[in-house]
Amino acid sequence: MVTRRLLLFVPMLWAIGTLTFFLVRLAPGGPFQSEKEIPPAARAQMMHVYGLDRPLAEQYGRFLWNAVRGDLGPSYRYPQRQVSEILGDGFRVSAELGGLALLVALLAGVPLGVIAAVRRGRLPDVVARAVALAGVSVPNFVLGPLLVLVFSLGLYWLPPALWTGPSSRVLPVATLAAAYVAYAARLARAGMLEVLGQDWIRTARAKGLAERVVVVRHALRLGLLPLVSWLGPAAAGIIMGSVAVEQVFAVPGLGRQLVNAAFNRDYTVVIGVVLFYAGALMALNLLVDVVQAWLDPRVEAR
Amino acid sequence: MSIGLAPPATVAQPARAASRGLWSDAWRRLRRNRAALASGVFLLVVCALAALAPWLPMLQDPAAQDLRLGATAPSAAHWFGTDDLGRDVFSRVLHGGRISMLVGLVGTLVSLLVGVTWGAIAGYAGGELDELLMRIVDVLYALPYIFLVILLRVCFARSLVMLFVALGLVQWLTMARIVRGQVRSLRTQPFVEAARAIGASDRSIVFRHLVPNTLGPVIVYATLTIPAVILQEAFLSFLGLGVQPPAASWGTLVADGSRVLAIFPWLVAFPGLALSLTLLAFNFLGDGLRDALDPRDRGAL
Repeated sequence: MVTRRLLLFVPMLWAIGTLTFFLVRLAPGGPFQSEKEIPPAARAQMMHVYGLDRPLAEQYGRFLWNAVRGDLGPSYRYPQRQVSEILGDGFRVSAELGGLALLVALLAGVPLGVIAAVRRGRLPDVVARAVALAGVSVPNFVLGPLLVLVFSLGLYWLPPALWTGPSSRVLPVATLAAAYVAYAARLARAGMLEVLGQDWIRTARAKGLAERVVVVRHALRLGLLPLVSWLGPAAAGIIMGSVAVEQVFAVPGLGRQLVNAAFNRDYTVVIGVVLFYAGALMALNLLVDVVQAWLDPRVEAR
Repeated sequence: MSIGLAPPATVAQPARAASRGLWSDAWRRLRRNRAALASGVFLLVVCALAALAPWLPMLQDPAAQDLRLGATAPSAAHWFGTDDLGRDVFSRVLHGGRISMLVGLVGTLVSLLVGVTWGAIAGYAGGELDELLMRIVDVLYALPYIFLVILLRVCFARSLVMLFVALGLVQWLTMARIVRGQVRSLRTQPFVEAARAIGASDRSIVFRHLVPNTLGPVIVYATLTIPAVILQEAFLSFLGLGVQPPAASWGTLVADGSRVLAIFPWLVAFPGLALSLTLLAFNFLGDGLRDALDPRDRGAL
């Protein structure tokens, strides 16, 4: 299964790459049409350096060949920098931000959801549901500025922006994680409620097992299964959310590179980031499927 | 069509069609769900205010600047305060709501048209066509769609229509899957056979007989698609890739406000609040409708 899925990556990345390549070529304006008037000779020289004066088929072939070798060419805006360098630098930051956020989401959301399910209808349940609703409804680019307002500008506890020391990580990670804490809690609660209502749980209780043992040993593994399949979409959402959060907190990650490149019409960088995200998402989804099959043998048959 | 009209239609429909058991039943259940009802009323008010914003007498022109006034905190004259150019924030939030709501509704409509047609054809045809259509959906699912939208926005003119279409196209995949599943389970039912027996064409069987019967799940999912589209528009506008100035949606307002957060916090707070409450209300209403139309699914939050 894994090899077949891996083989599927090739045509999909090719399709996305081709799509982005032609979209960019179709765009009116072109990369070197800036606010300033550029002398035609200089413009021609630039087009030549980037190979944009060659026939389209040749440009396309070159793009594919180079992309396969991991070389996406130099940035249009910052010619001394390679796209792959920019991607690498941005990725390290974004991966840390996203990874921490996902970790926080699981570490905070799962216990919240499990407790809410066990104490259904009582205070923890009400609190968990309120948190879940708020987390789902407040967009991270609204939450971010509000957190800055309280914790940076009001209480002076945490830095409001940048990505320098450990304390600068707190607000961006919290902002990005909030919605996913809520989702994780929601899923864990629903999954646990479903499992706790089943006959074999009643049997376990009837054997005289302590409630803690019933919940932790018997119900948890199955109750948390829905969370595993959610990890794929969650990671995708965190990647997207990270674009906004990086903007709010001026974090120098991939998302910020994408937005800057979008404004600068730095096409090579935009293509690079989109391709990179596509590859990362597909890899993550594959990973999730593998983990799921490992946890629940029933899945593998599909 | 006025943008204020759509949500009432989804709420009022069951009442109008009281003779159909499912709808009157659903309406009875929905009425008992106070959070969903309150959300529905809240959304009606927001939609009405947003739709009527240009004609409301107490509202100032959202673009009218008063540089001598500058940014002021909320007061009796300006309920939500004014921004650094002296523009009335209440008026700007309502006019922003116009765009946000319109994007949400039109984007959802686009996703409905594409998704329902696609799913219905796949489900009814079955066999190889079904396989092909749904495989395409599977492949598209794996694409980082929002980034392709960003790419589109970068490469082409930033027109509002493009934005509507692009956002609608992001959302149709799940709709197609839902409708396909429904149609597949319905197509072997006796009423479809009866329709075929009296000589109805495939086309009319799909769109006259099958699609109307998938309406319950479709309405529920559409109600949940609207906030998703609104959120995505706000996200793009927040990044500066959505609605272009001088027009401003809630996302744009939050972005503008967060630049002067330290000095004029109300510029983020009010549009942010409007956006969050609207999303919350749509989610409540969607959950309420799901409980009302599909009583089996009670376990979820």
